[in-house]
Amino acid sequence: MASRVRAVTAVAGAAALAAVPVVAAALQEPFYLDLVRRVMIFAIAAVSLDLILGYGGMVSFGHAAYLGIGAYAVAVPALHGVHSGWLQWPLAMGVSALAALVIGAISLRTSGVYFIMITLAFAQMLYYLGISIEAWGGDDGMRLARRSRFGGPVDLADPYVFYYVVLALLLAVLALGHRVIHARFGMVVRAARSNEARARAIGFSPFRYRLAAFVMAGAVCGLAGALLANQTEYVTPGFMHWTRSGDIMVMVILGGMGTFVGPVAGAVAFLLLENVLSAWTVHWQIILGPLLILVVLYARRGLWGAVSGGSLGRG
Amino acid sequence: MADPLLEVRGLRKRFGGLVATDDVDLDAGEGETLAVIGPNGAGKTTLIAQLSGDLRPDAGVIRFAGEDVTRLDAPARSARGLARSFQITSVFRDFPALDNVALAVQAHAGHSFRFWRPAGADRALREPARLVLEQVGLGMRADVVAGVLAHGEQRQLEIAMALATRPRLLLLDEPMAGMGAEESQQMIRLLGTLKRAHTIVLVEHDMDAVFALADRIAVMVYGRVIAVGSPETIRASAEVRRAYLGEAS
Ligand SMILES: Nc1ncnc2c1ncn2[C@@H]1O[C@H](COP(=O)(O)OP(=O)(O)OP(=O)(O)O)[C@@H](O)[C@H]1O
Ligand SMILES: [Mg+2]
Repeated sequence: MASRVRAVTAVAGAAALAAVPVVAAALQEPFYLDLVRRVMIFAIAAVSLDLILGYGGMVSFGHAAYLGIGAYAVAVPALHGVHSGWLQWPLAMGVSALAALVIGAISLRTSGVYFIMITLAFAQMLYYLGISIEAWGGDDGMRLARRSRFGGPVDLADPYVFYYVVLALLLAVLALGHRVIHARFGMVVRAARSNEARARAIGFSPFRYRLAAFVMAGAVCGLAGALLANQTEYVTPGFMHWTRSGDIMVMVILGGMGTFVGPVAGAVAFLLLENVLSAWTVHWQIILGPLLILVVLYARRGLWGAVSGGSLGRG
Repeated sequence: MADPLLEVRGLRKRFGGLVATDDVDLDAGEGETLAVIGPNGAGKTTLIAQLSGDLRPDAGVIRFAGEDVTRLDAPARSARGLARSFQITSVFRDFPALDNVALAVQAHAGHSFRFWRPAGADRALREPARLVLEQVGLGMRADVVAGVLAHGEQRQLEIAMALATRPRLLLLDEPMAGMGAEESQQMIRLLGTLKRAHTIVLVEHDMDAVFALADRIAVMVYGRVIAVGSPETIRASAEVRRAYLGEAS
């Protein structure tokens, strides 16, 4: 049964992610730890986008905006000597949620290409805002003096601890997302994607539910941004550039929209490809492009859909 | 006489130069089944869409249960007890039949900002939905994805979704469209039972269905209601025969 295959693969994937630090230590290749941690951070961003893109049909082309906001919400307090993660991370989620509320309230009044263009425009506005603020390093961004501090055993300076924090957050996001999407709230969001006229005729006003989903996705992506700032130990406006939004969208489509494991698989595939191919040629996207076309043509449900089959939990 | 449940006055809708509904006046009394007939392009679907709130009229007033609902959108009218079915089948194709109906129940069970409990195990939604599916004859098909149901079954599902909102007025746009003879008979029987408990505005081309179900008939031609009356008077009216039933005589 398809759902069984999915469950087994998902558990095996989680186990494999949990085993990465052990293997990396045994092979004395700390680089893998770093790479997979980065993959998981982008997986969180991709899962958050899939919540609105795959389940909600909202093609937001500005999702990297929240990645940037989350990263700055770590770096700016740090610049002023505030290093507590208890403050930085909720701030990252809160400010991202607020930005998503404003952006969503305006963008969701449109649909189709207009929605894509407006979300893109908002993200580019934030990108140029980032460039223009000299106090925050402008174009160059700024270094993060130290990673977020939580106290006790949760010391992100330890790469292994940081790794497991990211893994735990990824699993938490997946579990919470799964709950939300199958609860009444998720049913409305998915129904409105499936057939908006029908959803309205039976009495739903989709706007407020879409907006709520948009805000949740923004907040989760803001968290990914906070993690990314800790990962790279610097932030730049480039986090918000539209190509970055495109990368996240490619991860979702490559892995499989409207699934939870799909975007994770997409982030793995995308960043591994980037890693392997960019060692070969700086024009590695020349290879990624045709690959993406193949996926769209022959595996409409993405890599994960091709592996697991079934209805992808949409119904 | 008490006020009619539905009162339409001077309803007008233009598409460019075309007047799709032209000064339409209509009443539907509580418990009544009002059939709306007329040739292709007469404006019947446009009328239903204005009654349901999917289209804004250019002029005119729609009163429902004594309230002016002309400016209300479709969800707000649904909340007040107006439910429609679509001429071109409109269901949630990638959801099972039961989910389709459970969604309609959910839409009328308070707000949906509920993030934790799985809706698929929510008996407050599933049980009423299952009852309605059985009522329309889809009890055995509850778990089939709507998009793969047979055409006739999808038409039944349309009715089920409208019923699940516990409407005071059913707006049915050609419920028998595209059905075979046997399926049509089944649908007529279903509507015959619904008619006893519901007020219905029924748009239909199938004259057997119309004369079997209607308490009154309104005839639309080129956006205008040219006659309203009992089935007998409509059948006898020379004007109606010329304009619409003509091909039969
Ligand atoms: N959205 C629209 N834009 C422009 N013209 C429209 C639109 N909707 C309907 N019309 C036109 O308005 C007229 C009435 O259409 P409507 O669909 O209401 O007719 P109908 O009586 O339901 O016909 P049928 O029996 O074929 O379903 C037709 O001429 C149609 O082409
Ligand atoms: Mg029509």
